[in-house]
Amino acid sequence: MMDPATFGLMAEFDNVNDAIIAARRTYAAGYRKLDAYSPFPVEELSEAIGFHKNGVALVCLIGGLLGCTAAYVLQWWINTISYPINIGGRPLHSWPSFVIVTFEMTILFSGLSAVFGMLALNGLPMPYHPVFNVPRFELASKDRFFLVIFSSDRNYDPIRTRQFLEGLNAISVAEVPS
Amino acid sequence: MARPTEVEIGEQKAPVIIPGQTFASITDKIASIVLRRPITNGWLFGMAICFLILQWFLLAVCWLFYKGVGVWGVNIPIGWGFAIVNFVWWIGIGHAGTLISAILLLVRQSWRNSINRFAEAMTLFAVACAGMFPLLHLGRPWLFYWLFPYSNTMTYWPNFRSPLVWDVFAVSTYLTISLVFWFIGLIPDLASMRDQTENKALKFVFGSLAMGWRNSVRHWNRYETAYLLLAGLATPLVLSVHTVVSFDFSVGIVPGWHTTIFPPYFVAGAIYSGFAMVLVLAIPIRKFYDITAYITDRHLENSAMVMLATGWIVAYGYAIEAFVNWFGGDPYETFLRWNRLHGPYSFWYYALLFTNLIVPQLLWVRRIRTNHLWLFLISLDVLVGMWLERFIIVVVSLTRDFMPSAFGRYYPTWDDWSILLGTLGFFAACMFLFLRVLPAVSISELKTLIPQAEVTVPHEEEVHS
Repeated sequence: MMDPATFGLMAEFDNVNDAIIAARRTYAAGYRKLDAYSPFPVEELSEAIGFHKNGVALVCLIGGLLGCTAAYVLQWWINTISYPINIGGRPLHSWPSFVIVTFEMTILFSGLSAVFGMLALNGLPMPYHPVFNVPRFELASKDRFFLVIFSSDRNYDPIRTRQFLEGLNAISVAEVPS
Repeated sequence: MARPTEVEIGEQKAPVIIPGQTFASITDKIASIVLRRPITNGWLFGMAICFLILQWFLLAVCWLFYKGVGVWGVNIPIGWGFAIVNFVWWIGIGHAGTLISAILLLVRQSWRNSINRFAEAMTLFAVACAGMFPLLHLGRPWLFYWLFPYSNTMTYWPNFRSPLVWDVFAVSTYLTISLVFWFIGLIPDLASMRDQTENKALKFVFGSLAMGWRNSVRHWNRYETAYLLLAGLATPLVLSVHTVVSFDFSVGIVPGWHTTIFPPYFVAGAIYSGFAMVLVLAIPIRKFYDITAYITDRHLENSAMVMLATGWIVAYGYAIEAFVNWFGGDPYETFLRWNRLHGPYSFWYYALLFTNLIVPQLLWVRRIRTNHLWLFLISLDVLVGMWLERFIIVVVSLTRDFMPSAFGRYYPTWDDWSILLGTLGFFAACMFLFLRVLPAVSISELKTLIPQAEVTVPHEEEVHS
């Protein structure tokens, strides 16, 4: 049931274990459009909401392969086609001396791909997000853990979902205006 | 592993974080250094001195740009003087920051979490100092972009067979990767600062820099992957950077340079001097900013032990150098050995052996390596020693290479000294600013070290079975 004025319902927890248990129960209750927030990375919490794999490593691999290929091909092209210099009959395609720059460019491209890939997959930068409308959400970067069920979830119901969250040992439940 | 409950003394090691912390106390403490701590006279005084040195540096650089590299003491046969000595010294210092942030992360040394932020900042500023020297040495620094391969009307390309071009790629990659590594480490903390401050303008600045980070566990999941990948990439990168720097020397045929021991020996020396700089910064910072609960005696002692270990690798490098000089039987190498021990720069060679090999052996004594003043002084000594090492490598080999008719001497000028001193001022000024405007210890990583962060609920698979 979609409610355009509400982004979802937010439950607050004061310790990591309660948050994990609540997230697992929410997922088990059939909610799928949900997110959890924690002041530091908690692997169990992202698994509890059904988020197991991410694409950052793949983006990084593609970036690295691109950097590697581009750097090698550039050096080969410069030294054999665009700007060949014959020095004592030595081979133009002197691959051992191209290894270093190829390596450095592989690292540069894969590193930047990992960073910008992570930001892009996370949808950052994002200047506005409804969760910030809840004043207590400031504590998500300090010492509190939050669980949000989005109103776009097909099991979402303003009253029953709120009752469900209140039964999860949450210290507060708040509506997130969109 | 049981968590220590109190500061253990005697045979036990000090804890990584002093017990009694909460998530909130960590956030408050680190954020308050930036947000609530007033500017003290000590900070103003230190910053003023560094700023004055920085202005002097600018004067020296302007004079250099106006007159050309002739204002330096470099002249044939010494084409590489202080510029290269300082370049290698500074970039070596930077290496400890990457070692702490990347290599210690991969080998799960959680004590790194409290010192990685400022060590990474140290890396950035040190690499910035290092990067200036090749540019200042160019003669026509405004044409620096000729070093990069770009399509141009001269139809010319850089020589990819030259170690100096490799260096451009290695150092610029290193600077870029160090910057993004440091910055993504900062994103969650910038979000913390945004949430902590009441000031509208600061909220806007920190909020913009945090890019809307909202601590979502999906974001954390990708973030952790990216962070780990960067650590995995930065590890071979940092080893490659000083290897490539050593190629600048070892690919040449000058006596004392043309040796295969150079890459590992340079990397070990880099980490040696880098940890010395980490200690020189950490000892006063933890005291003046009252963060001894996060940067404990354990960190200082571990760093001291890394210094001792890498110091011995450097010592091994010296021994192998001497052995190869003798065993190889090359007359020029034999002369180089004699020249180092008895030539015009022999005093500095003995000073190098004293500062780099003898003095750091004091660190074997536990009472000395846990004494902050001693540790600070020994670290300063190592920094001087490692600078002398690069001076010996560059100057002794170049002043007397092959033909006695081409021998010379090297006399650094006031401009050489001013630029060396100036980069120290630049580095220190950057550190002073960094401490005041950004969280100097990683807030989110520190939180993972306290007991409250421990997940005690069983794994999901165990629940289902």
